[in-house]
Order: sequence, then C-alpha cells, then structure tokens
Amino acid sequence: MTSIIDFLTDLILELLLLIQTIKDIVNWELLIRTLPRLLEGAKISLIISLFAVILGVTLGILVAIGRLSKFWPTKALASVYVAFIRGTPMIVQIFIVHYGLAELGIRLPAMASGIIALSLNSGAYMGEVFRGGIQSIDMGQTQAGLSVGLSPTQVFRYIVFPQAFRRVIPSMGNEMVTLTKDSSLVNFIGIAELTYKATLAAARTYEYFTMYIGIAIVYFAITFVLSQLLASLERRMGPDDSNSQPGKGLRR
Amino acid sequence: MIQIVNLEKAFGDNHVLKGVSASVSPGEVVVLIGASGSGKSTLLRCVNLLEIPDSGEIWIDGVDVTAKGVVKHEVRRETGMVFQQFNLFPHKRVIDNITLAPKKVRGMSAEDAEELAMDLLGKVDLADKAQSWPHQLSGGQQQRVAIARALAMQPKVMLFDEVTSALDPGMTGEVLTVMKELAADGMTMIVVTHEMAFAREVGDKVIFMHNGVIVEEGPPSDLLANPIHEATKDFLSKVL
Repeated sequence: MTSIIDFLTDLILELLLLIQTIKDIVNWELLIRTLPRLLEGAKISLIISLFAVILGVTLGILVAIGRLSKFWPTKALASVYVAFIRGTPMIVQIFIVHYGLAELGIRLPAMASGIIALSLNSGAYMGEVFRGGIQSIDMGQTQAGLSVGLSPTQVFRYIVFPQAFRRVIPSMGNEMVTLTKDSSLVNFIGIAELTYKATLAAARTYEYFTMYIGIAIVYFAITFVLSQLLASLERRMGPDDSNSQPGKGLRR
Repeated sequence: MIQIVNLEKAFGDNHVLKGVSASVSPGEVVVLIGASGSGKSTLLRCVNLLEIPDSGEIWIDGVDVTAKGVVKHEVRRETGMVFQQFNLFPHKRVIDNITLAPKKVRGMSAEDAEELAMDLLGKVDLADKAQSWPHQLSGGQQQRVAIARALAMQPKVMLFDEVTSALDPGMTGEVLTVMKELAADGMTMIVVTHEMAFAREVGDKVIFMHNGVIVEEGPPSDLLANPIHEATKDFLSKVL
C-alpha cells in the first residue's frame, strides 16, 4: 500500500517537473509572434475538416443504407468500399487521390484532393456508425410505422432514421474529432494548413518543440470546442428514452 | 368483409399456419384464442401483410391483398394494428404520433390532422396528454394512444395483437374499456387475447387455434361454455 502511494507521489512529482521543463523550453515569445500565421493555417484546417465532416456524414448515411439494403449490388459495393477504406492507411488514400489520380489525367487542386480523400475516409467510418445506429432501433418501430400505412421509405425517414441519428451522436462526435485531427495529414500534399505552417516555422527557427506544442494547443482548442458543441446538441435533442418503455423486458 | 382462404405460412421448418380459412363480417368482433405458438398472432399479422403468407388468399372488401401487384402499404392503410409492446414513436409527442400517418399518407392538413387527433384522444380519455412524450405515460396510457394512432387512419378493420399482455394487471381494464367502446361503435375487430372475460363479453365469434389450424369456432357462449374438441377443452381448462 505504502509503495503504491510512494510510486504515485513520485509520478506526480515527475509530471510536475516535466510540465515545468516544457514551460521553460517553449519559446513563448516566438510562439505568440508566430500565432497569427498558425491561425491562418488553422483556418484552412477548419475549412477542410468542415467540408469533410459534412460530406463524410452524407456519404456515411448513404453507405449505411447501402449496406442494409436487400439489393445485393449496393450491399456489395458499400461493403467493399468500407473494407478498402478501413484496411488502408489514410495517408495512402490521400496520396492515391492526389498523385494517383493525377497520373490518370485527373489533376485536382490540393485542397480538393484533401477534402475528397478525407470525406471518402470519413464516409466509411460514419457508414459503420450509422449502420449500427439504424440496426439498434427496435423492429417494432418499423412494424408500427408500416402498420399505419407509411411506405418503407417514409418509415425510414420519419421513424427509424431520426431515432438512430439521436443515438449515434456520441460516436459520430468521436469520428468528427478524429477527422479534424487527421486533417493534419493533408500537409503532405502541400496544403498550407496548421501542421504545414508549424513545420515551416519550425524549420526556419529550429524551434521544433515550441511550434509543435503550439499547434497541439490549437488542435486541442478546436476539438474541445467541437466536443462541447456536440454535447450541447445531444442535450438539446432530449433524452434517449428508448430504454424506458414499459414492458421492454417482456419482448419476445 | 374479410375472407381468409387456406392460408399457409412457414418460418423455415416451422409450419406456423397449415391451411387456415376464416371470415369476418362488417362490424363483427372476432376473438382469436389459443396457446402460444398456435399461429394466432401470425394469422393476424398476415391480414395487414406484416407477414407475407406462403400460399392462400386474403380478401379485404373484395380485393385479394395477397395477389401480385398489390402495394403493401396501401393495404395497411385500411387495417389498423395495435401491438403488445405499444410501439409508440418515442421521439414524437403523443399528438405527433397520431397525426404523422394522416398527414404523410392521407395528405391531411396539419390543422385537420390535429383536430382529428384531439377528437380521438378525447375518445381514449387522454386529451390532456396531447403534448406529453410517450415515456411520460403509463403502459395503459401508451396503449390507448396506440389505439388512437391506429384509428386516425380510419381503418376498415382493427387488429389487436395481445394488447394487454405487456401491461400491469391494474392497467388492462382501461385498455379493454376503450376496445369495448370501439366494438359498441360498430368497428370490425380481430382480437388476439388471453382475456377470456373480454372474449365472452365482447366477442361475436371466438376462434380457437391449435398447432396452426382452426380447431373450433363459434359464438363465445357456445365455444367457451361447451367446447367440443379435446384440444379446446384442454386449453380452456388451463385459462379459465
């Protein structure tokens, strides 16, 4: 028992020391001077992330519908797509879209390539998130919707999807945060976003530690705000009361 | 009004309906009884095509709804259904649960649909709950909303699938009362239930099912009091 307490005390002291060291090593004055340029990069990062999130969610919904479809070609197409994206590194996907397509004669501006690659990547993961959400909605909901004469499409649109969407907000939020962080990868195809700007500034001043700690703080600030927004969206949409239906335990 | 002819349905190897024929006249209340697994719920769910029969015919108002080319959700507009688990839409308020189908399927205006919904909520004695969420209601109240929701489509027949089985004992009464009133109003009803008192009091005809076939049918006074077949006697001795 005492040894654990000793260990924890040591650990905390080490951590405090580390924080102190970081504080001392970071060139705060330089960081503040470079901040406007970093924020310019952050703006590009945000634009890319925003487009990729919107397109990714849209694509994800289509992928989920495709995978749950009874029509086998759509099902196969969606499954292959998800498997491919999940099984390959994101940086490779970005290179394929930007440099690979260029060799086939499709030359896209770096921004477009970046947004397309990130959207395609996110679409696959969002697709899995939505598929899980849709499948989690009780069959009774579909049957009740059908029984009042709604068409299958109407049942999906008015009954199943709204409930599934509410339920997947937390995992969708995770995916959005991941995507925002992964947008840093597009600096490898020469987009002047946050990481790119920091790398430039670091190379010029040799203050690598300062610059990367600096953008770590900026990335954290962005994802923190995003998480808060999602949490408030979740609260606004009311409680997920699907588990408080009386008689649920009696379901056959 | 409803003619069921030689209906068969299997789930894999499990032959649930083995050639069932029955008829329901306008305004008639038909009560389906039988042990679990006898096929009564499946028969009910075939009538509004939630289950598609393997063979046989179902005629509703002169239309064979099992024929090719029949649009299922158009058939379901005419057949209201109430489920054991209520299945209210938890993301919609009580009133919106009721107005959804009239608006989206019948193309009713929002005002007309709400007027209709309030009228029906009055009938099931829940007018004050119009703005509540389903999870704020008791089981009995939820089931009454589910009945109002089905009635909002002004169906030709109402199908009740063990609607009191998931309720606390104290709440079955309020739901059965609503069903009695409906029957008194002349609604055509097919009711799957274990409530023998309801069958006796409200039913015009009782059908006893056993292992996927109709064993015996007749007025409740006859069938419940003087069953002929062994299986019927056996079942009734357990539930009465």
